[in-house]
Amino acid sequence: MASLTSPAPAAPRLAPVDEPVEQGNSLWHDAWLRLRKNKLATFGLVSLSVIAFACLLGPLLSPYGYEEQNLDLGASAPSRAHWLGTDTLGRDLLVRLLFGGRISLAVGLAATFVALTIGVVYGAVAGFFGGKLDALMMRSVDIMYSMPFPIFVILLMVLFGRNIILLFVAIGAVEWLTMARIVRGQVMSIKKMEFIEAARSLGLGRRRIIFRHILPNMLGPIIVYTTLTIPGVMLLEAFLSFLGLGVQPPMSSWGVLIKDGAEKMEEFPWLLIFPGTVFSLTLFSLNFLGDGLRDALDVRSSKD
Amino acid sequence: MLRFITSRFLQSLLALFLVITATFFMVRFVPGGPFTAEKAVTPEILRNLEAHYGLDKPLWRQYLDYLSSLARGDLGPSFKYPNRTVNEIIFDKVPVSAELGSISLAVALVLGIGLGTLAAIRRNTWVDYVASSFGMIGISIPTFVVGPLLVLALAIHLGWFNASGWYGPADRVLPALVLGIAYAAPISRLTRGGLLEVLNQDFIRTARAKGASEFRVVTRHALRGGLLPVVSFLGPAVAGILTGSFVIETIFQIPGIGREFVNSAFNRDYTLVLGTVILYAVLIMALNLAVDIAQAWMNPKVRLES
Repeated sequence: MASLTSPAPAAPRLAPVDEPVEQGNSLWHDAWLRLRKNKLATFGLVSLSVIAFACLLGPLLSPYGYEEQNLDLGASAPSRAHWLGTDTLGRDLLVRLLFGGRISLAVGLAATFVALTIGVVYGAVAGFFGGKLDALMMRSVDIMYSMPFPIFVILLMVLFGRNIILLFVAIGAVEWLTMARIVRGQVMSIKKMEFIEAARSLGLGRRRIIFRHILPNMLGPIIVYTTLTIPGVMLLEAFLSFLGLGVQPPMSSWGVLIKDGAEKMEEFPWLLIFPGTVFSLTLFSLNFLGDGLRDALDVRSSKD
Repeated sequence: MLRFITSRFLQSLLALFLVITATFFMVRFVPGGPFTAEKAVTPEILRNLEAHYGLDKPLWRQYLDYLSSLARGDLGPSFKYPNRTVNEIIFDKVPVSAELGSISLAVALVLGIGLGTLAAIRRNTWVDYVASSFGMIGISIPTFVVGPLLVLALAIHLGWFNASGWYGPADRVLPALVLGIAYAAPISRLTRGGLLEVLNQDFIRTARAKGASEFRVVTRHALRGGLLPVVSFLGPAVAGILTGSFVIETIFQIPGIGREFVNSAFNRDYTLVLGTVILYAVLIMALNLAVDIAQAWMNPKVRLES
């Protein structure tokens, strides 16, 4: 983290840090130290890492495949052979849970990345150029804010088949609006600062100013908001899967597993309880981590 | 102020028009029509059906026809429920969702603002920790996990409630609780954050110095500014609550508009899909407008800027 050195005209901090700063400590190093002091955020980071590693490696180590059925066995309670039990088709729940985790996390990351890219570019352009272009662009964002997007996403998924790529795009296209607003606000305030004026008077081009001087100074809010977008995106994916519109069996995602579990919970409660717990724990960790990052990077919670 | 409201209103109208147009064409460009699922429809019957509903006309003609009947408040006939109009179906289903929504909204506001205020005035005590954890837990555990778990515990094991259905007053408790808690959690966090910011300001110190009781300081002086973030959150939230979350209506098998919407999309019931989308859009836009006005009223800074 500390190796992230700022470009030539030293980038000022987003906000002054009160504690005496040891020599050589960058903003990122300070933030890291503050984050580590926050117990809940640390817990979030650790549990997320554990879950992510388990999802990546677990299915490789397991003797069972995620779609491997054992109809003779059927639904069985947790046992030594199947740690979290099996579903009605005799498929190992642990493997399906880990495998579903891959999908859920992948959707969360990919859709957030789509939202991040659109939002940052859009917001930066609007904020940097200002004037009529900015007014037009932000008015459009206002208009899009007032549209019933979750409904559009449902419609898209119903009408165009349940395509996982479409799922990324649809969710990402919904979630970029707030990011655009945040980035625009940041750009507007940063571009008025003296070091930008200095850069301009040195004759630097627009592109260089945007990418080398403005963007690095907005990383704090962008990272924080991205961390907080991921749980929202994962929730949307699970919500769609729960309605039967997201990921399709025999593939699994946490939303699919929770849906199946809810249907069979009367006889086989573990099918609901385990996926529900893991999913909630993940969202919990992401929210804690995002909150902790916000404090550590000293980002104001307001939108602009 | 009037200019501000007028420009926002016109903006909403434009957005509404875009929503209607986009939905109209999106639904039509999809493979499969409302009658393709029906078993063994002879070509003649299909042609008759299409002629009956005007589906044989060119698309732009259908679009104009739809807009002109919409202007008269007529959402057209349903394709899947013979002899029923979309207006009838909506009037049939909306009261259910609205009832569920109103109860849930009350739960969300009372619980959310109450806990958030408690947490803010007892900052960094156990009261704050309990209330804040509730907020975090409520945000992180989705309704489609809480709902089934509560059904499992309270309905199936303890037998206090029916697991699903929408008949007696007792059937309102679980759905309203699940939906209410889902919105109470963010409201409590926003209330706490907003209040903490306001409680540090000079006018609060002035109020205290005048000798106003702590209760009066909080309720009369701090909450007005402290609830601003809550108010802007309420716009989209109320729309979501009142129309009944799709998930809640699915879990508890409540015959509301949310479930009808999902079904209508599956059935390719063009007019019903459009009708529900328009309903949601109008509701969301009206609420956003209301939020803007409420914010201007509550916050002199916003009021003067516009």
